Amino acid sequence: MNAMTGNIALDYPQIVAELKAELSRLSHGRFEIGDDTDLLGDLALDSLQVMNLLLEIEDKFDVSIPVNILPDVKTVRDLALQIENLVREK
Amino acid sequence: MGLFDKFQGLSAARRELGTLGIDPFAVEIEKILSPTEGIIHGRRTILAGTNNYLGLTFDPDCVKAAQTALAAEGTGTTGSRMANGSYANHRKLEAELAAFYGMRDAIVFSTGYQANLGMLSALAGAGDVVLLDADCHASIYDGCRLSGAEVIRFRHNNPEDLAKRMRRLGARAADTLIVVEGIYSMLGDRAPLKEIVAVKREHGGYLLVDEAHSLGVLGERGRGLVEEQEVLADADFIVGTFSKSLGGAGGFCVSDLPVLDLVRYSSRPYIFTASPSPATIASTRQALTKLAAARDLRARLRANYERLHAGLAGMGYTLGASPSPVIAVVLGDRLEALRFWNRLLQHGVYVNLMLPPATPNGVSLIRCSVSAAHTSEQIDAVCAAFADLRADAGIVAAELGTGT
Repeated sequence: MNAMTGNIALDYPQIVAELKAELSRLSHGRFEIGDDTDLLGDLALDSLQVMNLLLEIEDKFDVSIPVNILPDVKTVRDLALQIENLVREK
Repeated sequence: MGLFDKFQGLSAARRELGTLGIDPFAVEIEKILSPTEGIIHGRRTILAGTNNYLGLTFDPDCVKAAQTALAAEGTGTTGSRMANGSYANHRKLEAELAAFYGMRDAIVFSTGYQANLGMLSALAGAGDVVLLDADCHASIYDGCRLSGAEVIRFRHNNPEDLAKRMRRLGARAADTLIVVEGIYSMLGDRAPLKEIVAVKREHGGYLLVDEAHSLGVLGERGRGLVEEQEVLADADFIVGTFSKSLGGAGGFCVSDLPVLDLVRYSSRPYIFTASPSPATIASTRQALTKLAAARDLRARLRANYERLHAGLAGMGYTLGASPSPVIAVVLGDRLEALRFWNRLLQHGVYVNLMLPPATPNGVSLIRCSVSAAHTSEQIDAVCAAFADLRADAGIVAAELGTGT
């Protein structure tokens, strides 16, 4: 069972794993990505890249992620927690 | 962290430009000669990056209307319409815009940027959802931010992606505000409006179309993409600007919905700013009359942009979209684009340099905007400059989702 089925809520470790995989792809594997990796600082993503990251991962979790969350997102963990909330609220 | 530390990145970027001896974001047009020519760096230059689509900035009737209003009504209104009163001509322009679209009413804003800021921040609020195309203009993003609404992007020009997000919203979809543009300013591509309207019909919601770059350009009467794709009745709100095809400054929104009149009382970018000057309103009114009748100008504009598009495509350049007055040449990286832009200027051609993150998909663009006022000789001169650079530019065609 996975997120695409919508039958089971994803938990934090699964979300983080998906995020790391996507970020690794986005940064061409150049960085070691951990929970505390800073999206803008460590990965040098610009604001548009971070918004586009949301587009990429939304379908994995079958949620729409409002861009309003971004001011509260600095690290991978921040983003994962926000997504976890959205998935739970679904 | 100090107050000014946030500028360090910008400072470094500008120093880099300084070493190249150019700053494409601080170009001074030392003298403007016509809608399509100016003096830059002391030399006569073809202006192919001005958004002056119909070339009306020097139209004698528009200039005369502005001069007459200037003498009769003064240099400025010195206040906002709500606090200090509207002039009769503000309301006349609104009535004329509403009549042009066959809609109930219009609101005039002081700039195009403020039109989006004013409409979005008033229409949407905390607890509402705005669904916007990912490539929407900064004024739309900023309006959303000011609104406090939940903002969800959908993939650019992808109605299926919009529908997916509408489905996820469930019952909330019916009260969603969907925002798209007629012609997108970066790549020059058109929205698939018919398909977007079909999604709206299925799921509900309200549609706002920003026709900033398509007003006066598309449609038999110049009403934009809504007219060209015959979906005028499905657009709940149409936003536009006076600063492109109308050759002035200001913005507007037209709508058939009675709520528009209430927007005036809740839109901070409308309330807390000075109203457009009498000369601006007068030239815009005159230009609107011309625009509606300007089939000849639209035909000339089309001939010009098709000529330039075909010329550049024929040289092997990767272009952002099918022909429109906004023609984006996709280049490899920032530095290559910067050098290319500079060499075009040295060839006597002024265009726009567009760099990430202002551009989609991280591409660097040379953006041309074509005018009906360009002569075919000027279009050929622009083509010739691109041809000269083609040989040694070392262009790497960047991957782009849209076709050419």
